[in-house]
Amino acid sequence: MADTERKELKVREKQEVAIPAEQTTPGLVFTPAVDIFETEKEITLLADMPGVKADDLTIDLRDNTLTLTADVAPAQGAGEEEILTEYDFGRYYRQFTIGELVNQEKIDAQLKEGVLRLSLPKVEKATPKKIAVKVS
Amino acid sequence: MIYRRLLNVPTWRSRSPLDELLRMRQQMEQLFEEARVPSQRSGAGVFPLINLTEDKDNYYIRAELPGVMAEALDIQATSQNIAISGERRIPPQGEGARYHRREREAGTFSRMIALPGEVNNEKVEAKLENGILTVMVPKAEVTKPKQISVTS
Repeated sequence: MADTERKELKVREKQEVAIPAEQTTPGLVFTPAVDIFETEKEITLLADMPGVKADDLTIDLRDNTLTLTADVAPAQGAGEEEILTEYDFGRYYRQFTIGELVNQEKIDAQLKEGVLRLSLPKVEKATPKKIAVKVS
Repeated sequence: MIYRRLLNVPTWRSRSPLDELLRMRQQMEQLFEEARVPSQRSGAGVFPLINLTEDKDNYYIRAELPGVMAEALDIQATSQNIAISGERRIPPQGEGARYHRREREAGTFSRMIALPGEVNNEKVEAKLENGILTVMVPKAEVTKPKQISVTS
């Protein structure tokens, strides 16, 4: 693990996406890079969404479909002129299908330093239980 | 050009059909080159990607650095250059975590940005907000535009 963490970061262009629903406001749409991992109790999703404020983020879970949508307000001040533009910004959009049953009431979302951390606790039923085999 | 002599074509360079073809090819290539430029970013290809803007008094450097802590950033300023380096760490999750997707990357980065004009490196301000780094670099007095009044 130690080696990979010291490696040098490479430039990766943001991935633009075409979203299924037609947009009412013009602008670019990007897909955020995510990590998804699962433990026995919950599914955790980490998404890189720089520039997103908590109020602009919508997380929607219905019928096993999780949708993340976020608007990004331009960081640029009004009187500024562009000299060099290497990245664009726009809306973030990504959809996932969640295979497991999720306890909707206990979903927890945190947005810190432009990274969303979403915890989706599994419903008790789906938590594997050890079954003791009785020997009679 | 043996053909030229054989066919007794005048030897002016511009009149030769082959030269004409070559010239056409060059023009075509140039045309394609020009057409390709907008889709290609003029970026330096070094992480992080930056946007550079200016107003009357300052230059603004912005970079998307989600998940980078302010303590993990190192910014140095000279009279014409800003160096940004740091590290993005992704803390390992517990033993029992099984990954479905792993797209986010951790690592170190270091970039030097040459500014178009001289700056006042004493008053550089940097802030990190929602994963976006903004470095405000005040222009040196010599770089600032001066209002010239016209007398009649």
